[in-house]
Amino acid sequence: MTDATSSPMPAITPVSGKGSLMAQDARTRKRNAAEARFKAYGMIAIGIGMLMLLILVFNIITRGVGAFQQTFVTLEVELLEEKLDKNGNRDPADLAKVSTFGYAPLLRDAFEAKVAELGVETDLDGKDMADILSAGARAQMRDFVLANPDQIGNTVSFEFLASGRVDGYLKDRVSRDSIANDKNISVEQLDLVDQLIDGGTVEKRFNLAFITGADSSDARPESAGMGVSMLGSLFMMLVVLVLSLPIGVAASIYLEEFAPKNWITDIIEVNISNLAAVPSIVFGILGLAVFINYMHLPTSAPLVGGLVLTLMTLPTIIISTRASLKAVPPSIRDAALGVGASKMQSVFHHVLPLAAPGILTGTIIGLAQALGETAPLLLIGMVGFIASNAPDSIASGLLDPNSAMPAQIYEWARRSDPAFYERAWGGIIILLMFLITMNTIAVILRRRFERRW
Amino acid sequence: MALGLTGYVIVAVLLLTVTAFFMARGRANVSAGGDIRLLHSLPNYYGYNAAMFTAVPALGVFAIWMLAQPLMIENSVFKLIPEQMVSEGSSRGLVMSDVRRVAEGLDIAVERGALTAEEANSIRTEFRDVREILGDVGVALGSNVEAEVLYAAQEYRSRSASGTFGMTIVVLGLALIGAAASLFVTNADFRARNTVERGALVLLILAASLAILTTVGIVLSMLFETFNFFRMHPWTDFFFGGSWAPNFRGNSDLSILPLLWGTLYISIIALLVAVPIGLFAAIYLSEYAGPKVRSAAKPLLEILAGIPTIVYGLFALLTVGPALVSVFGRGEEGLLGVEWMSGATAVLTAGLVMGIMLIPFVSSLSDDIINAVPQAMRDGSFGLGATHSETIRQVVLPAALPGIVGAVLLAASRAIGETMIVVLGAGAIAKFSLNPLEAMTTITTRIVSQLTGDTDFASPETLVAFALGLTLFVLTLGLNVLALYIVRKYREQYE
Repeated sequence: MTDATSSPMPAITPVSGKGSLMAQDARTRKRNAAEARFKAYGMIAIGIGMLMLLILVFNIITRGVGAFQQTFVTLEVELLEEKLDKNGNRDPADLAKVSTFGYAPLLRDAFEAKVAELGVETDLDGKDMADILSAGARAQMRDFVLANPDQIGNTVSFEFLASGRVDGYLKDRVSRDSIANDKNISVEQLDLVDQLIDGGTVEKRFNLAFITGADSSDARPESAGMGVSMLGSLFMMLVVLVLSLPIGVAASIYLEEFAPKNWITDIIEVNISNLAAVPSIVFGILGLAVFINYMHLPTSAPLVGGLVLTLMTLPTIIISTRASLKAVPPSIRDAALGVGASKMQSVFHHVLPLAAPGILTGTIIGLAQALGETAPLLLIGMVGFIASNAPDSIASGLLDPNSAMPAQIYEWARRSDPAFYERAWGGIIILLMFLITMNTIAVILRRRFERRW
Repeated sequence: MALGLTGYVIVAVLLLTVTAFFMARGRANVSAGGDIRLLHSLPNYYGYNAAMFTAVPALGVFAIWMLAQPLMIENSVFKLIPEQMVSEGSSRGLVMSDVRRVAEGLDIAVERGALTAEEANSIRTEFRDVREILGDVGVALGSNVEAEVLYAAQEYRSRSASGTFGMTIVVLGLALIGAAASLFVTNADFRARNTVERGALVLLILAASLAILTTVGIVLSMLFETFNFFRMHPWTDFFFGGSWAPNFRGNSDLSILPLLWGTLYISIIALLVAVPIGLFAAIYLSEYAGPKVRSAAKPLLEILAGIPTIVYGLFALLTVGPALVSVFGRGEEGLLGVEWMSGATAVLTAGLVMGIMLIPFVSSLSDDIINAVPQAMRDGSFGLGATHSETIRQVVLPAALPGIVGAVLLAASRAIGETMIVVLGAGAIAKFSLNPLEAMTTITTRIVSQLTGDTDFASPETLVAFALGLTLFVLTLGLNVLALYIVRKYREQYE
């Protein structure tokens, strides 16, 4: 020790020379700068993530909101008796003989009368004016007449959908420049629309039919709606819920509470965790091969979609159910066994009720995942224009061809008319509403009922 | 078709089950003289026992019968069709689907009253135009009905009908026998709870093995059709050929390599986006962010993972694609004034969007792994004077590396199997190219396009989808197993 104090310290010259802890030397500055940079990278990464989310949400909302509004044209149409019911006896069979073409002159007359009433100057003839309306306008009149034969001869006020191009014009999707090569609409017609807007005949307002209606063919984007595909999704989710909840819970109970530790159990466990990561399209191939080609279940049926999605959701539900069973402390089981319950009774009477909120949360999240899944549905034919109306019973809801929300969105995205893109974004808004609701319920359930032991 | 009858069978079995439950419970009570303390089990267990014996064997046989009947009938009916019909440029599946369609048409015709039940069984193509009759009831047939096909269809109908009838009797009989037997054994000393619990355990085991069954189903269904495919198409061309040009008139080039290239290229771009962003986000969230930032940013990032892939697909096709075109394309009007990109669908479009989708996937997995690194290791590094970032780079990340590699592999397997984004965003042209601004196609896209629309399960152009699916399954499964193995092995080190 004395040696150490007497001999001078070995000459360790500080790197910076000055050696104060207070002042930063060049090397410390460099290290601190590296530190700040590194932290900034992290912040930038988070920022990019948030930015992407923001862009996505903004994009969906700005592009999709338009789908909930539609352009309507209000016209008073005189339902001439000599055109619609030549015999004058209001016989439904006779009325049905007049095809939609028979209603075209009425529409023309109504348009010409309206233009004359508003005092609009236009070179268009009645037929070109009527082309402002959706191709479904005549069918709408015909349905009305068939349902109310007593209105023949009266003047009835109709609200017709405007054609997709006119609707696009009101939503700034279509402009006079963009229709230069479009044979479906002319500049004169747009001029007329401008004047009709001033006259209050054409207006844009909320369109409930988008939420409740059925899909329409390529030529009528204005009347396409999500309603029927929503029902298709609903029926699929029913199948998924009815099958995957009991099977998933049963499987988890076995694996978590009863399974002996052996190689069979190991295989099942590895299998489940791998199934959770199998691409969804592979489940579609399975559905096509087994349910449709082998079992000959009907193509495009929500039942088949539900079965495929069940197989897909099961691993998710099993994993979350096992987690919530594991969270129930062993003391509960021991107490039940202690007062004489059998193993099965302790699980079903005590453990399962305590794990129920967690199981429910997991199930809802699994369902939300299944609701947004598209790829397997493409393979079992739930895509393409499926001219279906709302099913009238549970059996027809399960077995009749239908689409599902995501498949409907995909179908619209593939069509050529940009008017369908707006519908697709609008459909996404509806789909996301469902997902947000389901996830919110799951979060609330978890917050409210989750017990910490 | 026979669905009406099968529906009634199920309802009848369920009614019997409920009846058996109440009868057995009542019987147990009676046998104990109304004093349930004399019973071995609680009264409800006697009911459950009876219900179980009524429903389970009957419904089990029902399910097996429903699965096996079509196959057996198909085999026996197929023997009725003369061999030359099959060999004439057609296949077994095609002929049988004709038979089924005619059979269904006859069913509908009977239902609508266009034919009487007897006529449906006896009409012959020589006397009446079956195609026209079926056309009238809305079943359009591609060609005229041949006599053999019609005969086979009629046999098909009658055998299905007798099969369904036989099933009804067997199932209802089993239910009745089960109910009777369980009622017979019901008395105060019968150990009902033990039987019920044993039965319940079997049901639980069955539910758990459904996962295995699914995997087996996936593998078998694809393996079977893949073999069919390789019988029609040389496997060397599939694995080693150079081009993908399906031609529905036959003689197509069906090689997986160009598709695999497109898939990998898009996945690599996606990972180049997702891994740095996801990893840095995870590092920031687990090492730097305070609890407030963390609790806000983490769920927000995870929203990205909860958005359905169809939304990303639309985002790629309608937003990102056109945006990229306005930068790299459009010639003079574009942002860069270049003409490198002609359409919205491109490798870059799909890759970028898929990268966005994978950010939360990478970040939450890496977050878990970084959090699992013991605090003591960080403290040791801080104690030696390392800054926070030095600790992360030189201590935490190396320790977490195997786990992060696992996470990246899982993300890669996700990217390879992703369908909707590439179907909408990547394009449909199969080629080897390094240009990310060109449209390319992937395995999943081709599966969708080969299996949607009119498919003919006798042509290699359709069956190739199963071979592609199997390859995809093996590829993703391999990546997953590898990733899970790495992650698991790494976890063991610190626990």
